[in-house]
Amino acid sequence: MKRLSRLRRHRAAGPILLIFALFTIGTTFQVASAVNNDTTTTVASRSATVDEGKQLFLKGCSSCHGINAEGGQIAPSLIGVGAADVDFQVGTGRMPMADMSTQAMRKTPVYNPEQVNALATYVASLAPGPAVPTDSVLNYERDGSVAQGGQLFRTNCAMCHNFAAQGGALTQGKYAPTLMGVQPKHIYEAMITGPQSMPVFSDKTITPAEKLSIIKWIKSTEAEPQLAGSSLGRVGPVTEGLLVWTLGIGLLIGVAVWLAMKAR
Amino acid sequence: MTARERIAGNVAGYVDDRTGAAKWMKKNLTKVFPDHWSFLLGEICLYSFIILLLSGTFLTFWFDPSQREVIYDGGYQPLSGLKMSAAYASTLHISFEVRGGLLMRQIHHWAALIFMVGIVVHLLRVFFTGAFRKPREFNWIIGVGLLTLGIVEGFLGYSLPDDLLSGTGIRIAEAIIQAIPLVGSYIAFFAFGGTFPGESFIPRIYTVHVLLLPGIFLALITVHLMLVWYQKHTQFPGPGRTEKNVVGYPLMPVYMAKAGGFFFIVFGVTAFLGAVASINPIWLYGPYTPGQISAGSQPDWYMGWLDGLVRMSPPLETHAFGHTISWNILLPGLILPGLMFTGLALYPFIESWATGDKREHHLLDRPRNTPNRTAIGVMALTFTMVSLLNGGNDIIAQQFHLTINQMMWFSRIGVVVLPPIAFVITKRLCLSLQRADRDLVLHGRETGRLVRMPSGEFVEVHEPISAEKAWTLTSHEQIAPLELPLEDGAGVRNPGVLKNKLRNRISRATAVAVPKATETDRRELDGHH
Amino acid sequence: MAHEIEPIKDPGLPAHVHRRADSDPIAAQRAERQVAILFGLSAVGTLLLIYSYIFIKSNTSIFIPIIGNTGAQQLGLGMGMAIALFCIGAGAIHWAKTLMPDEEVIAQRHEFRSDDEDRSEFVKTVKAGASAAGLGRRPLIKRSLGVALGLSGLTPLLLLRDLGPLPKDNLQKTSWKPGTRLVTDPGDRPIRPEDLEVGAVAQTLPQLAPGEERTLNNIGKDAVLLIRLRPEEFNLTPERLSWTHEGIIAFSKICSHMGCAVALYEQQTKHLLCPCHQSTFDVTRAAKVIFGPAARPLPQLNITVDSEGFLVARTPFTEPIGPSFWERSS
Repeated sequence: MKRLSRLRRHRAAGPILLIFALFTIGTTFQVASAVNNDTTTTVASRSATVDEGKQLFLKGCSSCHGINAEGGQIAPSLIGVGAADVDFQVGTGRMPMADMSTQAMRKTPVYNPEQVNALATYVASLAPGPAVPTDSVLNYERDGSVAQGGQLFRTNCAMCHNFAAQGGALTQGKYAPTLMGVQPKHIYEAMITGPQSMPVFSDKTITPAEKLSIIKWIKSTEAEPQLAGSSLGRVGPVTEGLLVWTLGIGLLIGVAVWLAMKAR
Repeated sequence: MTARERIAGNVAGYVDDRTGAAKWMKKNLTKVFPDHWSFLLGEICLYSFIILLLSGTFLTFWFDPSQREVIYDGGYQPLSGLKMSAAYASTLHISFEVRGGLLMRQIHHWAALIFMVGIVVHLLRVFFTGAFRKPREFNWIIGVGLLTLGIVEGFLGYSLPDDLLSGTGIRIAEAIIQAIPLVGSYIAFFAFGGTFPGESFIPRIYTVHVLLLPGIFLALITVHLMLVWYQKHTQFPGPGRTEKNVVGYPLMPVYMAKAGGFFFIVFGVTAFLGAVASINPIWLYGPYTPGQISAGSQPDWYMGWLDGLVRMSPPLETHAFGHTISWNILLPGLILPGLMFTGLALYPFIESWATGDKREHHLLDRPRNTPNRTAIGVMALTFTMVSLLNGGNDIIAQQFHLTINQMMWFSRIGVVVLPPIAFVITKRLCLSLQRADRDLVLHGRETGRLVRMPSGEFVEVHEPISAEKAWTLTSHEQIAPLELPLEDGAGVRNPGVLKNKLRNRISRATAVAVPKATETDRRELDGHH
Repeated sequence: MAHEIEPIKDPGLPAHVHRRADSDPIAAQRAERQVAILFGLSAVGTLLLIYSYIFIKSNTSIFIPIIGNTGAQQLGLGMGMAIALFCIGAGAIHWAKTLMPDEEVIAQRHEFRSDDEDRSEFVKTVKAGASAAGLGRRPLIKRSLGVALGLSGLTPLLLLRDLGPLPKDNLQKTSWKPGTRLVTDPGDRPIRPEDLEVGAVAQTLPQLAPGEERTLNNIGKDAVLLIRLRPEEFNLTPERLSWTHEGIIAFSKICSHMGCAVALYEQQTKHLLCPCHQSTFDVTRAAKVIFGPAARPLPQLNITVDSEGFLVARTPFTEPIGPSFWERSS
C-alpha cells in the first residue's frame, strides 16, 4: 500500500493516468464504432413471387404501412414507390424501422436478399414505379468516368454528403449518411427514389450514365488510400484543429517541461 | 590552454577586431534566462515562424498564383481533364509530382496551426501571470498585433490553393467586405478586380501572403525579441527571486543549447505531424466554383470562432432610404472582433488605471493571487470557446448525434450566459485556492498518514512545508483598494466624482483576497498548540 | 493595528544540488553516451529520408496501425525528417541538462528610468527642440503642414483606384433574361417540366448563346436551384405562385447571407439549408428564413416554358442575388 501511495504521489502519475484514460476511451470508442459497421451480402435471386412478398409484407410491414400498403398514420403509402425504393429501404436495413427516431438508420438488414426481392416484387406489382437496376445497368466501371463523377458529386451531392462522401448534418437532427461501404445498387436507387430527406435526381437532369460516374467516383474515393497520413475522418479543418490542440501542442509542451526540469 | 580553447579565443578576437563587439558580447553572452516550461511557449511561435519561412519558400518554387483556367493533366486521376485554376493545378503538382512536396505542404500548414496555437497559449501565459504589466505594455501590444496578423496571414495562406473549401472562405470574406456600409461594394470590386471571384484576387493575396505580411512579421518579431532581451525576462516568484534580479542560466552555453535544441524539437514535431496526419487534402475538395459547396465547410480553427459568431448571429438587417446594413454580418464579422482585439490590446492600461498600480513588475503573479484578472481571462476564454464550438456545430452534431439547431441555441444562449458564470466561478475558485495556500503555510502538508491519539481520536499527520515553499506561497503583495476622494478638501464634489467612484469600485473588486499567511499568524498558531 | 505584522521571510536561493553526472564519472559517461545515441538516431532518420526519396515509389502504400493504409514515400520522408530533427534537438537539450553547468546564476536588473539628471536634460532637449521649431508660435506652418500631410495620405488611396472597376450595376444584374433556358449544371441540357418528378431537384445555369463562355463570375451570380413539389404544397402569394410552373419553383442558389451555394434540400420538410452558416429556408413559403443568420429569403426566379416546352426564365431576377451590400434597396 505504501508503494502504491508513493507511486500515486509521483509527479508523473497525473500525466500518465491522463494518457492512460484517454487511450482507454479512444480504444473503446474505436471498438464500439467498429461493431456498428454493418455488412451486407449481395446475392441476387429472381425466384421470389408476388405472393411470397405479400406474406412477408403482411407480417412485417402492414402494421405501419397498412394491409394494402395504402399508408397509415405514421408511415407513407407504398403504392407506386416501385421496387427500387423497397430494395433500398429494406436492403440497407433502414426498414423495418427499429424505432420512430428522426431518421431511419442504415443497419444490418432484417430480410435476406431473396426476401427483399420478394417484397420489392410485391410492392412493384401494386403500381408501376422505378425498378431495381440490373447488374448490366450498374456496370459503372465500364460506363462511368471518375473525373466527371467527381464534378457531378460536388455539384449535386457534396452539399449534404460532404466533399469526400463522409456524410453531414441536416436540420433538426437529420443527417445525410456517409456513403462509405454502400452498395452501388443502393446508391443508384437512392438517387432515383429520393429516400427520406433526399431529393430525387431525375434521369433527365442526371442521366443514368452520369449516375454511374457518380458511383464510380464514390467507389474510387472510398478505395483511395490515405495519401498523406491519417485522413482524420475527411471532415475538414475541425479535426485538424483538434489534433493540433491535443497532440501538436501537447508534444511540444511535454518537451518544454522536460527541458525546464532539473536533471538529477 | 587546449587547442580548442585557443581556437575559440581566436574566433572571439577576430570578431572583436572587426566589430568592436567585445563589450556588448561579453555582457550578452552571459545573459541570464530564467528556466520555466511556460517561457518556451513564445519560442514555439518563433520557431514555427522560421519553419513557415523555410517550407513556404520551398512551396513558392512550384506554386503558380494564377486564376487562369487550365485543364488538369497531372497524376491525380479523379481530377484529370477538369477545368481548374493554375493555382489549384500547381498545388496538385506540388502534392503529387514533387517528391516531398506534399510533406512540405503539410509541414507548412501544420506549422501555421502550431504558430497560432503557440501565440494563443503564449498570450494566455502572459495574461494570467501578469507579465504584460509595466514596463512590458509595448510588447503586449506587439503580441496582439502579431496574433491579429497571424489570423489574416493564415486565412490568406489557405485561400491560395483555390480549392472548393478555400474558395468558399474567400466568398465569405467577400461578403464581409461587401457588407461594410457606404464603401463596401467599392472595396470588394477593387480587391477582386471586379465581380467575385474574378481572376485577380489570388495573385494579389499571394504577394501579401509571401512578401508584405512576412515582412511585417519579421519586423514585429524582431522588436518583440529585442524588447524581451533588453527588459530581461520576467520570472516566477520563489526563494532568492526579487523584482531587482533575474535568476536562471546563462545564454552561453546552456541556454543556447536548450533553445537551439528546442528549434529542432519544434521542427521535428511539425514534420512528424506532416508525416502522419493529413491536413487540407485539396485534391478531395476539388477545384473551386461558386455553384458547389461541401457539407461542413469550416475555416481553420483560429478563424473558427469568428465563423461560429457569424453562425449564431440573429438575422438582422436594416433596410432604409434605399440602403442596406447587414448587422448579421457586420456585428459578428467586424464590430465584435474589433472590440475584442481593441480591448485585448488595451488591457494592460485598463488594469493599471483600475488598480492605480503604476510600478514596474518583473515578478510574475500566480493566477490565483489576482482573482479578478484570472476571472476576466477565463470569461473571455469561455466566450471564445463557445463561439469556436459553434463554428464546428455541424461536425459536432453529426458525430455526437445532436442537432445543429440545439447546438446553435446552446451557443446563442451560452455565449451570453456562460462567460459571467465562468467569471464568478473562477473568482471563487481563486479565493479557495488562496485559502488552501494559507492553510498549507500555516498547517503544513497533509501526509495521508493517520495516527491514533491516546484519546482514541484519529488525526492526520501534517508535515510543515519548507521555508522555500512557504516564501513562494506568500511573497506576493496584497494591494489595498484605491480610495480616491469623492469630494475635495472644502467638501465640494469633485468634477471627476463618477470616474473616481467607478475606479474605487473596480479597485475594491480587484483587491478581494484571502489574507496571506504571515510569520505572525504562524507564531500565534504555535502558541495555541 | 497595534503590533507590526511580520511576513514570512525569503530564505534566499537554495543551495545548489549537484547532479549525479557532476560527481560520478560513470554517470557522466552514460549521459555522454545517451547524447551520442540521440545524435546517431538523427543520422538514421536522415538515412531513412534519403532512402525514401530515392527508392520508394510515390504510389506505394503501407499499412500502419492506428493510421491505416497511407502513402509510403510521404511517410518515409516525413518520419525520416521528424526523427532527424527531433533527435538533434533532444540530444542538444539532454547535453545541456546533464553535462553543461547547471548552477543558477543571478543577474541584476537595471532600472529603465534614467537618473533624474539625464531625464530632465532629455525633457529639456525635447522642449527646446519643439520651441526652436516654433510650431506653436507659427500656426500657419502647423495648419498648412497638417493639410499637406493629410492630403498626401490620399496618394496611396488614389493609386489603388485602378485595382478594379466600379461596381456600377454589376451586383444588381445576372445573366438571366426573359426567355433564357435553364440548363443542367454540369451537362448544359435544357429541362422540360416532365423531366422532374415530384421531390426532384436540379442544379441549373442559364443557357449560353453560341460562342459564349461560362466564367466563374457568371456561375457565382447565375446558379439556380429547381425544385418540384406538389402544387398544393405551396403556401405562396398569388403573384409568387404564378412564378412557379406546375409545382416547379426556382431559387437563386447563392445564399442571401454570405453567398455560399445553398442546395441542401430536404425533400420531406421542404427546407433548404446553407451548409456555411446554417440558415434554413422554407421552400413552400418562397424561401422564407426560418432559422439561422440570413435575413432575407433567397430570390425567386420567375419561370415558365417556351414554345418547345423547355423551362425558361419569364423575367430576370427582380432583386439583386447574393449577400447584402450598401446600395441594395430592399
